[in-house]
This record gives sequence, structure tokens and C-alpha cells, in this order.
Amino acid sequence: MSQDETSLSRRGLGRLGVAAATLAAFGAVEAKTSEPAAAQPTGGTIKVGILHSLSGTMAISETTLKDVMLMLIEQQNAKGGLLGKKLEAVVVDPASNWPLFAEKARQLISVDKVAAVFGCWTSVSRKSVLPVFEELNNILFYPVQYEGQECSRNVFYTGAAPNQQAIPAVDYLRNESKVKRWVLAGTDYVYPRTTNQILEAYLKSLGVAQDDIMINYTPFGHSDWQNIVASIKNFGSAGKKTAVVSTINGDANVPFYKELGNQGIKATDIPVVAFSVGEEELAGIDTKPLIGHLAAWNYFESVETPQNRKFVATWKKFTKNPKRTTNDPMEAHYIGFNMWIKAVEKAGTTDPDAVIDAAIGVAVPNLSGGYAAMMPNHHITKPVLIGEIQGNGQFSIVSQTPGLVVAQEWSPYVADTKDLIGDWRAPMRCGAFNVKTGTCTAGKKV
Amino acid sequence: MKLDRAAILTIVLVFGAALVMAALNQMTPPASAMHVPTYVIALAGKYLCFAMLALAVDLVWGFAGILSLGHAAFFALGGYAMGMYLMRQIGDRGVYGNPNLPDFMVFLGWKQLPWYWHGFEWFGFAMLMVVLVPGVLAAVFGWLAFRSRVTGVYLSIITQALTYALLLAFFRNDMGFGGNNGMTDFKAILGFNIQADSTRSALLVISALFLCGQFLLARFVVGSRFGKILIAVRDTESRTRFLGYRPESYKLVVWVLSAVMAGIGGALYVPQVGIINPSEFAPGNSIEAVIWVAVGGRGTLVGAILGAILVNFGKTWFTSVLPELWLYALGAMFILVTLFLPRGVVGLFRRRSRLEPEPEVPAASAAQEVTG
Amino acid sequence: MLRLLALLLLLLCGPLVAHADDPLAELASGSFDTVRQGVEDLAQSGNPNAAKILSALQNGQLYYLPDHTLLIQADDGSYANAITGKAVSDDDAEARSVRINNSIRSVLDAALGSLRLFDPNPSVRLNAAGAVFDAHQPAAIPALDRALAKETDSAVKTRMQQARAAAVLSDPGAAQDARLAAVPVLRARGDEAARGVLASVADQPGPVGAAAKAAVASIDRVLQLWSLAQSVYYGISLGSVLLLAAAGLAITFGVMGVINMAHGEMVMLGAYTTFVVQQVMHAYVPSLYGGSLLVAIPMAFLVAGLIGVVIERSLIRWLYGRPLETLLATWGLSLVLQQVVRSLFGADNRNVTTPDWMSGATQLGGLTLTWNRTYIILFAFLVMAALMAALRYTPLGLRMRAVTQNRRMAAAMGIRTPWIDALTFGLGSGVAGIAGVALSQIDNVSPNLGQGYIIDSFMVVVFGGVGNLWGTTLGALTLGIVNKFLEPIAGAVLGKIVVLVLLILFVQRNPRGMFPLKGRAVEA
Repeated sequence: MSQDETSLSRRGLGRLGVAAATLAAFGAVEAKTSEPAAAQPTGGTIKVGILHSLSGTMAISETTLKDVMLMLIEQQNAKGGLLGKKLEAVVVDPASNWPLFAEKARQLISVDKVAAVFGCWTSVSRKSVLPVFEELNNILFYPVQYEGQECSRNVFYTGAAPNQQAIPAVDYLRNESKVKRWVLAGTDYVYPRTTNQILEAYLKSLGVAQDDIMINYTPFGHSDWQNIVASIKNFGSAGKKTAVVSTINGDANVPFYKELGNQGIKATDIPVVAFSVGEEELAGIDTKPLIGHLAAWNYFESVETPQNRKFVATWKKFTKNPKRTTNDPMEAHYIGFNMWIKAVEKAGTTDPDAVIDAAIGVAVPNLSGGYAAMMPNHHITKPVLIGEIQGNGQFSIVSQTPGLVVAQEWSPYVADTKDLIGDWRAPMRCGAFNVKTGTCTAGKKV
Repeated sequence: MKLDRAAILTIVLVFGAALVMAALNQMTPPASAMHVPTYVIALAGKYLCFAMLALAVDLVWGFAGILSLGHAAFFALGGYAMGMYLMRQIGDRGVYGNPNLPDFMVFLGWKQLPWYWHGFEWFGFAMLMVVLVPGVLAAVFGWLAFRSRVTGVYLSIITQALTYALLLAFFRNDMGFGGNNGMTDFKAILGFNIQADSTRSALLVISALFLCGQFLLARFVVGSRFGKILIAVRDTESRTRFLGYRPESYKLVVWVLSAVMAGIGGALYVPQVGIINPSEFAPGNSIEAVIWVAVGGRGTLVGAILGAILVNFGKTWFTSVLPELWLYALGAMFILVTLFLPRGVVGLFRRRSRLEPEPEVPAASAAQEVTG
Repeated sequence: MLRLLALLLLLLCGPLVAHADDPLAELASGSFDTVRQGVEDLAQSGNPNAAKILSALQNGQLYYLPDHTLLIQADDGSYANAITGKAVSDDDAEARSVRINNSIRSVLDAALGSLRLFDPNPSVRLNAAGAVFDAHQPAAIPALDRALAKETDSAVKTRMQQARAAAVLSDPGAAQDARLAAVPVLRARGDEAARGVLASVADQPGPVGAAAKAAVASIDRVLQLWSLAQSVYYGISLGSVLLLAAAGLAITFGVMGVINMAHGEMVMLGAYTTFVVQQVMHAYVPSLYGGSLLVAIPMAFLVAGLIGVVIERSLIRWLYGRPLETLLATWGLSLVLQQVVRSLFGADNRNVTTPDWMSGATQLGGLTLTWNRTYIILFAFLVMAALMAALRYTPLGLRMRAVTQNRRMAAAMGIRTPWIDALTFGLGSGVAGIAGVALSQIDNVSPNLGQGYIIDSFMVVVFGGVGNLWGTTLGALTLGIVNKFLEPIAGAVLGKIVVLVLLILFVQRNPRGMFPLKGRAVEA
């Protein structure tokens, strides 16, 4: 580390007679303890940061998450707040601009002094704010399914890791539809790349030949799917049951499904299982031609449990819109928020260090009738649900894993990470512990 | 070169403010009322880098009449060169502890460093690239464009195409620049901890230094004989050509210079915001940079700096105060400034100097006034 | 020993139980596997109600009560007993729908196909034969034989023969001669579905496998040729989308010289107008819903055109002759318009439905022509033709050309140039609005819709030659086709980059585009 140089220069300043600078010179520990002190709630409220894009390309997905957070905070306040104080939401707009995410994160933590932040959607926005959260030692709850390969002490990942979504979906298609040939289609960014890498290794380990796997990447917002859909159709005419595993992101999905429907690819011919298509995305499509295509998530609006019925009803009432749908990342925020409340109550303070330690092991009910527990790797346990698209834009749940799946934050299918584990409990406290060499390669909390 | 009061004031203000902020951040305790929080330091550094981009745009737009809608591409290229250096500085402190490969390459299963990454472990080489990459691209692009007399709107549109093509190219994971995620999680610059307050303060002061340097250079260029011819090219290109000058050469030189200035801005931007990714190439970013110049006052140089700082401060402010409505404010600002402040904020305060461009009123709109 | 006995018992009874079960009770079981069994059993049972019950199941209208009584829900929501047809009231709200998944859906398609082979309506029989072909199950052969004997319609007959061939070929137990005879029937069909059936037996040993392999190879050769034509179609289709997006810009930018960065937002407003029209028609005149797009076209033209006139009168007219400042102001305007739409309609996608006559595809030889894209191609050319005619043959068009060519002279001749400016801009915006109607059929209807097309639109206009509608048309088609031929070679991303770089180089060689305007306008 370069602490030597920096502390030297700071000492130089200290000699100038500024006592505080000398104090700061002792480095990270000092700096880190002084920040949380400032993060203690002042006055009668505890501030909660909401860092979701309200404009720009990601507003389409993230606005809903801001609304659900406001609803959860309102509900909690109606129940009497937290530690005897009211919660106060601080909403900012990072405008789908990644450097702005980092700036806003810094502002939430060091200017608004929030106790925790709920936010981000894309991987790049999380990567952008991650150094800020680690530097200023605050907490981020990240609600979206992602590519894994990360385990920060300051982030709680309430979305699915690849093994909590992709592999059960592939297993379902193998067993239920006897699929032998696979198209892995995705948008060209980290999440599809990693997921496909993992799936390719997984399929090969099951004896699927290279010729029976087709991988295709398209740019963000791709809107002309004619020849890709045609080539999928062509790939599917080899006499073996074929399926598409889609990691196509957001905006590109609507034209993709429209083209599928028009070229007459029915779910009974070539089923498409998607990992980024939820109720929100379907709300923008006429789903009649898509009946039977699949999605794998950890939650669907159509889950039949009393908790979910209540959640959906409250949401519709809160948004004053009977047509507003719920989706998986919303459930992740629901779980994450309740976990944070519980951890704060357990710790008796909103001090991030105390809350981070208290959060591990906290279990709260999820909306599908089970419990979500925060594991030592800062990921949560989830059931995996497979749903088929219905004509009304909802999913009919056709399969559910019997138990809860624990997240693999480091993929066993990537050579460099197969020996890594994350465990933030004392005494290990390491985000990437190599079990072979017995060393902590990254994320060690000093 | 003589400096007028405004120029001296600008330099004193920019450099002085940066120095004072950095000093207050370092020397006062966090609890003190005088303390400047690191958050403000990081913001100020970012604004100054944007100001360099605005200055570069003003140099070509205000003085050579080339409206570039792709200048953010040069800014981002400079940023990528710096980002590559910073990635190499991480060494084995990355998540995977791989001393040779950046994390995202390990992640994608790459086995060795692509050839174009070699050399970036040296600061000097990386800094050379910060200058060379935008410079060479600008030279090639400019040579082709100016030689065949692509001007005005046509040029603006192909600069948009250029930055859009680069955006798509850098999005590709196969390019080896980190795809959509770009580069992030930097640890150190020249051995200094990049997250330390002292490094941030130093970067702010360095940014201020470079901005003032660029400002002086730009002043020198536009005040020189070269600059006079440039202005002649801007006002009537064909007449200048008939007088025996070669407008394309003059344009090319200032175009390359401007691209390099933008590249340096980008290089300083990356360590301060901590991330570089393809969205910096987004066509909208370049248009925004032009708007900073328009807001400040085109062809004034001072105005470019002022505009960049004002608009970005506005953005920071509005996105927290009016998260739902800030786009209205921003959009309305652009409309109002172009309608009512054709000479920008600076135009409010002073008489027009000979260096400034005529407001564009060719025959068409003159006729409009007659009939309308 | 006991265990063995139990196993024996299970083995004996397992199939017995399944077969002995009433298929109707199986349908009401609530388990996917049993329901699938029920569908198969019901189809074979000869139950006269089978077709009725199965099609209710396919439409999601089959319900069951806790006592396993099957109900069919009518369109108005009332229930009737599936067997007796007597009305049943569901006061306790106990009826639960029989849920199906993909594997049930496949079995259901095949079963209904077999049952409908005897339908009096030939088009139903044609579809039924198609469904039987897709399933290609040997069990369907007897039904196919009976249907073939009665069939008179030649198209249906061909389809049934193909279905029979597929079923025979897929049956490893069938006679070798019969299977060999099936191969040429499928090869004659020659599409991807036939290729799939053939390929599935191609690696079997013996003459059948060899014949199938040869047939697959010959189909592949033909398909390869067609794919070339198909690429041209894709290119024209992409080109027509670009053309529509750029058509309005060809007026506002090409003819008037206004750099309208809010052009994309006009397209977006057109798409949202379509959404509103559909919502209103759905609520008030559901019977005419199929024609909603035809209503949306003039509405979108009016809405976007009026907004265009307002923009011109309030904003752009102050900026004539300052093209670069127009660019900045309209960029600001585009931000505002996006946010207005986001505030009014929300940030998420709106659902614009595709009418039935625009859904699906038709087969033209080996070409697959999707209806929505075919209509968009026709529409794009229609719009361009109408625009050219309007500029050439109407008094307004005459005035527009007069004003753009020589404003002062036009004014001296008594033309009210400000109004012509406003109307020209309104026309361009209106055409952009129309483009929005078309784009709502293939893309997201979201506040960001316009942004995705703005750069492409400018490229098309500049590439074709500013001020030249023919150039715009040819430019759009060229870009579309080049893009679609590059895409399979270079991939979607790289293909687009290559097109952009080629475009930059082209414009640098020919700064005025493919068809530059000649004469005095050039230096203006």
C-alpha cells in the first residue's frame, strides 16, 4: 500500500501546526472510525439513501425500485420507525450516468450522512460506487441479479448470483423439455458473458457437444432481430430439441420477443428462458404470441402466498395504480430493507460496522413463503422459480426448487475463482479467501 | 501576449480556489467550520476536467468555426489511456490477485495481456499515449475531413458518427477495454493511494494547473498571427482561401491541439471520479460539452470554463434537490440560453471583443427579418 | 422379498392405474404430469366432448371444482359443466383453472390436431395437419390415413401427406420401405421444419439414415440460396425503418436546414399517440380495435405536426440562419419532451398491441416474410411517395420549394414565408409522428424511443444527400442492406461499427452525400 507516502505528507502538514491533520495521519483506521461517527443519526430521524436512476436509459427499470423503497420506508414509519426514530428517505437521481453514481454515493454518505443506501441496477453502476462505499465505510443493498465474482464487505447482494438463477433453469429445460441443443443469446456485457461462460462449462460437463451450443452477443438496445431470430430457427432445425437461454437485457427484449412471435417460434418448438425479463418488461409487450416462454427468477408476482398478496395489494394502493406490477428486484429490496431493519435493531445502532456484523445470520420472510437468510458471503438464500409467460403478462409458476439455494459468489466454473470463498465473519473477514493457499487475496478488512 | 483583466481574474480564481480548497481540506479538522470536505474536492476536480473539455471545444468552435459533436471521444480516449495505467498500477491487489492481468481479463478467461496493453505500466508511456491517441485520431480524421472540405453541419454529424462508433467499439468485451463496465477500482497513482484525501487534493491542484496552462496556451494561440488567420477561416473560409492561405492546414493544427487538450482533461478526470467506461463516448456527452460553451459564451475561452463549471454545478444541485424535475430545468436552461443569451453568460458582462464570432446571421435569416 | 413384491405390484398397477383412471379426473388433478396423461387419454378415448374440452384447455378456459368436476368458462365468465353443458354457478369461488405447461401444450397441440383433421373447415384442417406434422408422432398415423382418404382439398392433402411422412419417418418400428418413401415427401417440403425431422433420423444406421442425410444436404443447399434473398429482405426491412425515421428529418433538416435534435422525440410522440388511440378505442369502440393503427396514423400526424408548428413558431423561428444554435435549443427541447412523457406515462414501456392482420408471417418460396415488417416496408414507400407528391404537385409544396430556393423572391411574390416555414416544419414533424406509429410495432414504446434513431436518421439524410428525398430513400435502403450483409459476417456490434466507419469515410470523400444538390443552393 502507498500509505507510507501519504502519511508522510500528512505528517509534514501536521508540523505546520494543524493538530487534526496529524490525527488523520494515522491512516485508514482513524479515517474509517471518524466517518461512521458522522454517520450516526442526528436529530430525530435516520436517513436512508435511495440511489436509483430516475432519468436516462435505466429509469425504465429503476424508477420502480425508488417507489418501492419509499413505500417500505413509509410502512416502517407507520410501524413506529426504527430505534424510536423516524426513517427519512434521501432520493437522488444519478441519471443513468456511471460517474454520477459515484458522485451521488459520496454525497449521500458524506453530505447527507445516510445510515445505508439502497440502490444501483447495472453492474457498472455498482462497480462505480463500490470504491466509494469501501472508502467511506457505508452499506449498499444491491437488489438485482448479477454476474457474481464479487464479495465486498460494504455491499449486501440481495439479488441472485448466477447459480441461483441460471443453472436451475437449464436443469428444468433438460429434464422437462428434454432439450439437447442450446442457444446462449445475450447482450454484450459482463452479466451475460459470465453467465454464459458458466453455463457453457456446465453444459459441457453434462456431455453437450460444442456443436450443440451457439453463443450470440448483441449490443445494448439492439432492435433489429430479424436475422438472429432466423439463425436461431435454423439452429433449431437439426432434429434435436433446442432452447434459447436469454440474457438479453432490458430494452432489447421487446423487439426480440416481437420478432420471435412474428417468425412463429412457439414455446413448444423452441422455448426461450430469460433471466432479465420480468413482469415490468412484459408490461410493454403483447404476450399472447409468447405464451409458454419461460423466465427464471426468485420471485414472481403470481406467487400464491398471503405475504405476497398483501405486498401486491399494498403496492397497488401505494402507487394508486391497479395495473402496476411487482417484480423480482422489488422483492430483493423488500428482503434487504427488512434485513437492514433487523440488523440495526440487533446492533442497537445504525453504525455501519456494527450493522455489517449484525446482518450476517439475519433471516426475514421472503414473499414466496420461505425465509431469506443473510449468509457470511453477504448474499442471501433464495428459492429458484421457473415461470411460463401467460397471456395476461404474468407468469405461471411451473417449477420451484425444493429448498433454498445458497449463492456461490465466486464461480466454481471460472479457473481463477474456483478456490475462492467469501466470509465476512470474524475471524476470517475476507471477501476472497483462497482455500487452497490459505490466503486472503482481496477485500481483507484491516 | 497581453492578458486582460478577465483572463488574469480567471487564472487567479481557478488556481487560487483550487489551492485554498485543497489546503483547507488538508489542514483543518473535519469538524471545523472552515473544513472543505473531500466530497467537494472530488466535485471541484471533476468540474475542472470538464472545463478543459469545454475549453477544447471553444477553441475549435469559437475560433475556427468547427462545431465538433464528438469531442467527448477525445476526452474519453485520454481517460482510457490513464485508466489503463491505473489498471496496471493495481498489480496483484486486484480481486483475483493476478499480477499480470486486470481483473476483467481474468474474469473473461483471458490468458495473456493483449499487445496494446504493453507499456502502460510506465507512467511516462501512458502519459505519452494520453496525448498521442487523441492527437493521432484527430489528425487522421481532421486530415480526411478538412482536405475534402467537409464543413458545418456535415462535419458536426460525422463527428457524432465517430463518437458513436467508438462507443459501440468500446462496449465490445472482445476489444479488451473492459466492455460496458470499463475500468474501475483503482488503487494507486504513482504510488500514492488514490483514495487518500491528500491525493485528491493534489489532483485538484494539478487539474487547476493544467486548466490554467491550457487556458494560457489557448489565449496565446488565438492571439497570435495563426489565430487571426483561424478567425478569418471561421468568418469566411472561401475568402481566406482566395487570399492564398490553406484553411485546411490551419484547421487541422487547431483541431489536433484541441483534441489533445480534451485528452489531457480526460486523463485527469479518471483518477478523480474513479471510473472510465464507454458511456463517456455517448453522443449526448459531446453535445452537452458544446452546451457548456454556449452557456458560458462562445469564442471567449473564459466563458467555456465558466459555462462548464456553472452547468455541472447546476446538474449536481438539481439532481439532488429536484431529482424528478431536473431534466426540465436543464432542458429549459439550454433553450433559454440559446434564445436570450446568444453570447452566453460572459456576454452579459462585457462588450464584444474583436475575437468573438459574429452571431451567425447569414442572408436567410436577414430575409426572415424582412418578411417576418 | 416383501420389497420385491411391492415393486412387482407397483409395476403391474402403475400403468393399470393410469389407464383405468378417468381422463377427465386426470385433467382435474392439478399435477402437470397427470394432466398431460389426461390429455393423451382423452384424445384416444373417442369421447365426443374431447375436442371441446381440449380446446377449452388450450384457451385457458378449463376449470375444475374440488370434487373434480370439469367446468368450461364462457367468454362472459360464466361456467358450464364440461360434459353436460349445464350452467354451473361458482358461488364459492372454488373453481380453479387447469394450469398447463409447455409439455402439456405440445401434447395438446398434437391431440387437437388429430381431432380436427376431420373438421368441415379446410383452413382448420390445414392448421390441424400442421400441428400433427410438428408433433410427428406415430400414434397419429391411423387418423391421418382416415383423413387422407376423405380429403378433397389439395393443399390440405399435401400437408397431411407431409405430416404422415414425418410420423412414419420418426417411427423406428415402421417398415423400411415406407420410411424411405417418406424421405422425398419431406425433401419436397424443403423448409426448416422438414429439415429438422430429417436431421433427427440422419444419424441412424442403414439406408433410411443415408437417404435422410442426403435429403438434409440438398435442403441445406436450397436454403442457402434462399438465405441470400432473405438477407436482402432483412436489409430492405431495416432500410425501410431507417427511411421512416429519417423521412421527417429529410424535410426539416434536408429541405429547411433546421438541425432538429428533437426529431426523435416527434417519433416518440407518434408512438405514444398510437398507445393512447389504442387505449381509447379499446375502452369505447372495442369492435373497431383491429383498425386502431389506421386511426393512429392521421392522429399521430396531427399531434406531432401541431407540436411541430408550435415549436417552430415559439422557438425555431428565432434561430433561422443559426443552425448550430438551433441544434442546442432543440437538444434542450428533446430533454424536456422526454421528461414530459416520462411524467405523464411513466418511465416504463407501454404496450402497443399488434393487430392480427399484422401478426405472424407468410411463406414466399423459401422466404419468410413477417407481416409487420412487410407492411412497414410498404408503408415507408407509401409515405415517401406521398411526400414527394405533396412537394411536387400541391400548392403548398410549390410554396415550400419556392421559399427554400429563394426566400426573398418568394416573399416578393406574395407568399407568406413565415407560415410556409411553420407548415413545412409541421409537415416534417407530422411525418416523424407517422414513423412513430410504425416503430411502435417493432420497438419499445418508451420515452427513450426517439434517441435510438436520431443519429441513424441524420446519417441517412447526410448520406443520401441533403435536400433530396430520392437520395434519402436510396441512402436508407443501402445502409439497411449493407448492414444486414455485414451482420452475419462480423456480428451485430462490429457490423454496425463497420457501417459507421464506412459512412464517415464516404462523407469525407463526398461531403454532399450520394446525390448532392447542384446549383446555387450548394454554397448557401
